[in-house]
This record gives sequence, structure tokens and C-alpha cells, in this order.
Amino acid sequence: MRKVSFPHMGESYRAFKMLLTDLGNEVVLPPRPSRRTLNLGVQHSPEFACFPLKIVMGNYLEVIDKGANLLVTSGGVGPCRAGLYAELHKKTLRELGHPVDIIVFEPPRLHPINFIRNVNRLNPARLSIKAIIECIKRGWRKLQALDNLEKISHIIRPEELHRGTTTRMYKKVLEWVDSAYTTNEIIEAEAAAVDEMNKIPRDHERLILNLGMVGEIYVLLEPASNLEIEEVLGNLGVRVERSMFLTGWTRDNTWKETTEGMTVKDAAHPYLPELIGGHGRDSIGHTILYAKRNFDGIVQLAPFTCIPEIVARTILNKVSHDYSIPVLTFFLDEQTGKAGMVTRLEAFVDLMRMKKMQAAKLKPA
Amino acid sequence: MKAYLGIDVGSVSTNIAVQNGAGEIIAGLYLRTQGRPVETIQAGLKETRRILPADIEICGVGTTGSGRYLAGVIVGADVIKNEITAHAVAASYYVPDVKTVLEIGGQDSKMIIIRDGIVTDFAMNTVCAAGTGSFLDQQASRLGIPITQFGTLALQSANAVRIAGRCTVFAESDMIHKQQMGHSLKDIVNGLCEALVRNYLNNVGKGKELLAPVIFQGGVAANAGIKAAFERALNLEIVVTPHHDIIGAIGAALLAKEELDIIKKTTVFKGFSITDLAYRTGSFECDGCPNACEIAEIYEEERVIGRWGARCPKWDIVEDNNE
Repeated sequence: MRKVSFPHMGESYRAFKMLLTDLGNEVVLPPRPSRRTLNLGVQHSPEFACFPLKIVMGNYLEVIDKGANLLVTSGGVGPCRAGLYAELHKKTLRELGHPVDIIVFEPPRLHPINFIRNVNRLNPARLSIKAIIECIKRGWRKLQALDNLEKISHIIRPEELHRGTTTRMYKKVLEWVDSAYTTNEIIEAEAAAVDEMNKIPRDHERLILNLGMVGEIYVLLEPASNLEIEEVLGNLGVRVERSMFLTGWTRDNTWKETTEGMTVKDAAHPYLPELIGGHGRDSIGHTILYAKRNFDGIVQLAPFTCIPEIVARTILNKVSHDYSIPVLTFFLDEQTGKAGMVTRLEAFVDLMRMKKMQAAKLKPA
Repeated sequence: MKAYLGIDVGSVSTNIAVQNGAGEIIAGLYLRTQGRPVETIQAGLKETRRILPADIEICGVGTTGSGRYLAGVIVGADVIKNEITAHAVAASYYVPDVKTVLEIGGQDSKMIIIRDGIVTDFAMNTVCAAGTGSFLDQQASRLGIPITQFGTLALQSANAVRIAGRCTVFAESDMIHKQQMGHSLKDIVNGLCEALVRNYLNNVGKGKELLAPVIFQGGVAANAGIKAAFERALNLEIVVTPHHDIIGAIGAALLAKEELDIIKKTTVFKGFSITDLAYRTGSFECDGCPNACEIAEIYEEERVIGRWGARCPKWDIVEDNNE
């Protein structure tokens, strides 16, 4: 019996589960990465590979344990080793005695045939093209709803009156979106969830800091891999705006509203005119866009040994100086001790707060 | 007389400072944590009470350092602050127009850039022990030189030998190589000071603009050899402030005073009597989910006063009860 699974990445699994089930697949849900995932992943990965490879490896081994034998993942563009990871995963898993297959989705714009072929393989229900498009649309809509709720949690958390309310509420309303099926149901569930989130008692007087979060996509999107940094920052009174969401929906909206159509690529161009793989150029471009919107600071997240982000980090020194915006970088690995990160974040928040208060003093209202 | 208590619980040392309203340090202690923060805090406070004049009233407490939360719940702290902010505050207190703070402690090192009295940038070393006091300590004991004389010995050298500084492994093998080639101990020690400074400036400094006045603090600031090596590398005068080894604790005391001035509340300090209470720490593995968080807890007599290590709010009950 064929059972399909995929890597865990934030809350996106809720939409992927629906889509794959609609196409007639039996789905094994990937568990949220835990210490067990890490142990498995580290044990069976090359030592010098980056953190995402190890977590995903652990995740695969966990779903294989639950019977999954077909894994779905994405490929990569440009010189970043993540593009190779699917092959490496497959080879390693087979060497470990698991006869699994991996379907790798490359960006459809560049590889249309690969896309169609892959969709066909994942369509045992033999739905018509029209029906498939319908399913993808609904899945996409659900993904948008999930991203939207996460974004709202980032806005509300720093202002919440009672610590922990936002996180609890967010977890509750995610289930509403999860159980919605038709497009209408998804839209209704999202609206009800937004309403419910907006009811959280907030302190509007608090001095809130705006922080832009840039970096490599996996460690940005999977809270289990970044020690729930957004929650830590929210609790410190910081509104986090993340540069990357799976749908890109937020990003499009942000561009239109606030940066006069300037794209991330254009913004990064004076500092880095080339694609260096991964999300290095995006990290630079987003930092500049956030600085132009008067953000108080930037946090860059990167897997340890990630070359694109190391290059970006070096350039960000100059960006930070030119735009006078503080940047703090974290290289993440299997370390689970949170103390070092919390110390730096607390100091960074103090720094941003002092800077903001001094600026307010100099500029009489 | 009113005074403020600052406690800095670091990985290697636990420092205690009591500062009176006029800013004088009326008690200052530098103790080795030795992996037993709770006992060290209790012993330190016992000693502090012995030193303090009878008419001193503690009206504010601040804790800092990596053990700040632990210290905070034990003593009852008005403010619990990260060590970067605490160091910056204390540096600005001693040298108001300070622009650069170099800090090298036992197991970490920091650099803080200050402009117009506020911190504009900082860095803390993460992956490397080659730039910290522990490594000097270890090499001093390998060479049989008391760490207190390490600096003076380095100053006697006119010709530092080149030691690789990027990694303790390279440094140590280089030192052994040079020593077997017959270089004098003082030149090797001086070379090590230069290597440590070079490593610190590259690893922690990473392109930061280092302007005078430059303050050097932390335990390693006692080492005159390192101070001299910094002056040669930066071509700037390096100031070592008084009480440089307990500067974090002074910063915590200053922050406590500031905090209480703002919120106009009385201190939550539990008093020196806590040195006679029994504290017990324990840990367990939560089996609520596959994360299997290692939860650490601390008991005061039979009551849980703090819990850490959970990645979810499940074990937060304690804090709620206290509020």
C-alpha cells in the first residue's frame, strides 16, 4: 500500500495533507520536529551537512516508521546544496534499508514537465486536470489562511496583556482552519479565527519594537528549528515581520503598500548583483526594505555553515552601517540550549528600545 | 544607609557588588562558581552580610549573567538583566563618553559599541574558547605559572613569538612547538597574549569600528599582558576601570536602582536570611510530547520557586502562583 508523506515546515502540513488526500493519496502526517527527530537526523546525516538536511532526515525516518514509502519535497535553484538534498536523502534512506521513493518538485515556471509528471504520480484518484486545479486552489487558499493567522499572532503577541494568551489562542484557531474543507468553509474559518484573535486583551500603550526577520527559508519557517524565536521576541515586546512565508502572499502585499514597488532583488542590487544561492540575496534585499520602512532592527537566521547566509552576513555589516539599522545573526544547529540566544535577544531588544527612545527624545513630537 | 545589591552569576565566576547611593562600592566579591551556582550565591551573600556595616539597608537587587534567572528567584530580584546591558551600563557609569567596551570573561567574551551613551552594536563569541580566560587559565597551569603572574611575565618580553590564535588546538600545539624549539617562556606567554587579542578582534570584532575611549573589563582585564597587547593591536589607550572583575554585578546594582526609581516600588529582596534556607535543585524529563524537554527546578525549603527548560507553557504554573 502506498503511503505519502512530506517534511514538516511550520503549519503548512495542514494544507498539504488536504491536497494530497484529495488527490486520492493515503497521507502520513509528519510529526513536529522534536528531540527524537534531531537524534535520528544527526545520526544518519553527513556531519558537515546543514541543519535543515538533518531535521528533514529525522522527519523522514519518523514517517517511514509510520509506514510512509513515498516522500514529496521541493528541489532548489542556484548554488545551494539544498538542491541536492532530495537525492542525498533518497540514497541514505535506501542504504538504511527503506525502499522509499522521493518526488521532487522543481519550480514549475522553470520545469513545467517535471511539475506535470509529478502531479500525475500523486494523483491515484485520476482526477481530471480541472479537478486537480480546483484542489490546488483550495490547498493554496488554506495555506494563505494559515500564513495570515501566523502573521496576526506576530502582531498581537507583543501587546497581549497576559503572557501566553496569543500562543494558546493561535493553536486553537489553527484547528478551525484545519477542519475547514470547501473554499467557503476555509474563508469562514479564517474570518472567525481572525475575529477571535482580535479579541485577545491587548495593551496599546506599550512601546512596541518592529523587527524584520530574514534568512534561510527552512529555519525561518519551522519554529522547531529556530527555538521558537518569534515567540521569544513577541514576549519581549517585539512585533516580528518575517520576510518569508510559504505563500509569498504577505510579501506581495507588503511590497505594494510600503515600498513603492521596489523589489527585493532591486534593493539588494547595489550590494549583491548576483544570485548566490539559497536566500542570501533576499536577506540583504529585505533588510534594506525593512530599514526604509524604519524598522528598529533585523534578525538574520541561518543554518550553521550555510554559505549563502554567511556571504549575506558579511555584506549586512555594510548595510547595517549605511542604513543605521542594527542586525543580529544567529547560526542555528542542533544545539537546543536556549539561554545563549535569549541573552543576545534581550540585549538586542534593549539596544533597539534605547535607540528608539533616544530618537523620540531628539525629535520632539 | 541605602544600598543596592548586584549579583552576576557567570559560568566561571559569581560576583557580588553592593553600591551605596553615592555610587561607592562598599562590598565586592569575586567567587568561583565551580558548577554550583546556588551554593556560591548563598556563600557569597553570607560573606557580604559579614562585610557590610550594620546600618546598611538593601533597597534594590539586580541579577545578571547566565545564571541570572536562577539567582533572581533565589534572592528576590527587582531586575533581571542580560550581561551585555549590565556591562554597558557599568562602563558608561565609570567612563560616561565610552565608545568601545572590550570584555573577556572566563568562558565568553563580548564587545560592546556605545555611541552617545547608548549601545549601538554588540557581539558575543559563541563557538570559540580560544578568546577567553579559561584558555589562559589552562595554559598558565600547564606552564606552572600562577595566572596572576601571567601578565607581568608577558610584559618582560620584548619579542613575542607567533602563536596561532584561531583555535585552542592550534594555539596549544604551536606553543608546545615553540617551547621545544627553545623560545623563552616570557616570549611564548607574550605571544599567547597577542594571539588571544588577535583572535578576539577578528572573531568578536568582525569589522566593528573601535573608537576611543576604550574600556577593558571582565576577569581577564587583570592581565597586564593582554591589556598591553590590545594597546599594540589597536594603537589606542585602553582603560581598565576600577572593580573591572565585578563590573557585571555593579551594572546589575545600577540597573536595580534605576528600575526602582522608575517604578517607585519597594524591593522584593528576600533578605540575607535566605543564606540559611535549604535550596535543592532537581530535574526531570517531561513525557508530554516527543520533545522530551529536560525540566530543571529549584526548591526553596519544600516549595518550587522556579522551573526552566520547557518549550511549552506546561510547567509555568509556578510563575503564575507567584504573580
